[in-house]
Amino acid sequence: MESTIVKAVDYNAYFGDNHVVKNVNIDIPRNHVIAVMGPSGCGKTTFLRGVNRMHELIPNATAKGQILLNNEDVMQMHPIFVRLKIGMVFQRPNPFPNLSIYDNVIAGYKLNGVRLPKAEKDKIVEESLTRVALWKEVKDSLMKKGTFLSGGQQQRLCIARAVAMQPEVLLFDEPTSALDPISTSTVEELFHELKKNYTLIIVTHNMQQAARVSDKTAFFYMGELVEYDETKKMFTNPKDNRTQNYITGRFS
Amino acid sequence: MTQVETEIQLLKKEVINMWDLVRSQLMKAKDSMLSFDKDLAREVVLKERRVNGAELKIDRDCENIFALLTPVAVDLRFVLAVLKINSNLERIGDIAEGIAKYVLSVETPFKKELLDATHVTKMYEESINILEDTLAAFENEDTILARSVFKKDEFLDDINIRANKLIEGYLKDHPEDIDQALYILSVIRKLERVGDQSKNISEEIIFYLEAKVLKHKHSH
Repeated sequence: MESTIVKAVDYNAYFGDNHVVKNVNIDIPRNHVIAVMGPSGCGKTTFLRGVNRMHELIPNATAKGQILLNNEDVMQMHPIFVRLKIGMVFQRPNPFPNLSIYDNVIAGYKLNGVRLPKAEKDKIVEESLTRVALWKEVKDSLMKKGTFLSGGQQQRLCIARAVAMQPEVLLFDEPTSALDPISTSTVEELFHELKKNYTLIIVTHNMQQAARVSDKTAFFYMGELVEYDETKKMFTNPKDNRTQNYITGRFS
Repeated sequence: MTQVETEIQLLKKEVINMWDLVRSQLMKAKDSMLSFDKDLAREVVLKERRVNGAELKIDRDCENIFALLTPVAVDLRFVLAVLKINSNLERIGDIAEGIAKYVLSVETPFKKELLDATHVTKMYEESINILEDTLAAFENEDTILARSVFKKDEFLDDINIRANKLIEGYLKDHPEDIDQALYILSVIRKLERVGDQSKNISEEIIFYLEAKVLKHKHSH
């Protein structure tokens, strides 16, 4: 039996009067990869940012309804705690340019004022970089700047930075759109590994990526969650015509 | 129209052309059998190469669509269905060729009494009808018509089951016709296969249009 880790209940998001996410209800099962797709402006990124309370950081942004993490309303939790439990990786790799690879991985602890003994930091750095399949490539250059790495490696470093905080959920906003095909495929392989320990929610414009990496796919259109089902079902026999039109490229 | 839509329309046209070719082969093989026209039978045997060529071309086009356009949903089901329809049509082409070769092998025209006693002419007409129904169902995306093929195929099965007894009865009165009778029995067996291939094709049409898998199910 799949247990739900994140659940949206009648979730609505607004920018001023602009209603961008409309009454979304969705259950996200633990240790699964969920792809969120839809045309530009459909509300998928706003929804993603609602999951770890990033939406409220934007001036004029409001939300209604609930996002539950392990059955608890994230709005009732401290936002820092929410973002520790629900990490996020963005479109462009954004390691801290002035920090070394090592310090980038433990940046979350430093920024939150957590002081750790050297041995523990070493352990977190090695474990996190191993989890993102980067350890072997960088173990001899940990003190070099993070920006010294290639685009794909930088993105994996950003994932390691999120993983270091021991989150339960990882949010990805177009994580490979700035990467070349080889780096993209490395990151996609990584998703399969990461889901053993985390739940992944990935916003992507790349439909084939959604098909390759996810267990379930959600299709958003004009702020609504139109369809949410097993990825295999969505790409072979979607129920809603709007989904079919979108994935077959017949969208006007 | 998107590129995948354009390619799928072209593929559909190609499959319809192959269907027409196979139907024409089957009809010519029938005419050559009934009118003992060896020239026509020879034409069918020669044109079989064209059927094989069409099959290879459709296979290659499907492969290209998969590789270059990554079809999904209804498009994916269409290309998958076409691959299987293609191989079923090619086998019907082989059957037409096989019947034409029988005509080339016999020395005298088939006796009308033998043809009547075995119902082979009626069976032949029905198998061509079934093939035409599948074509219309494919062209017009008509799953009701596709489903009607399952019932019609039972008629072919029925004649096939009774064929041994009918031939046996005929041979009691005409033992000298054993050679001809065995050819007709083989034609009946082949026509029964046309029914099966058409049934397979109908299942693929329903799969593509309704996403329902009917294969290996006893009732449709």
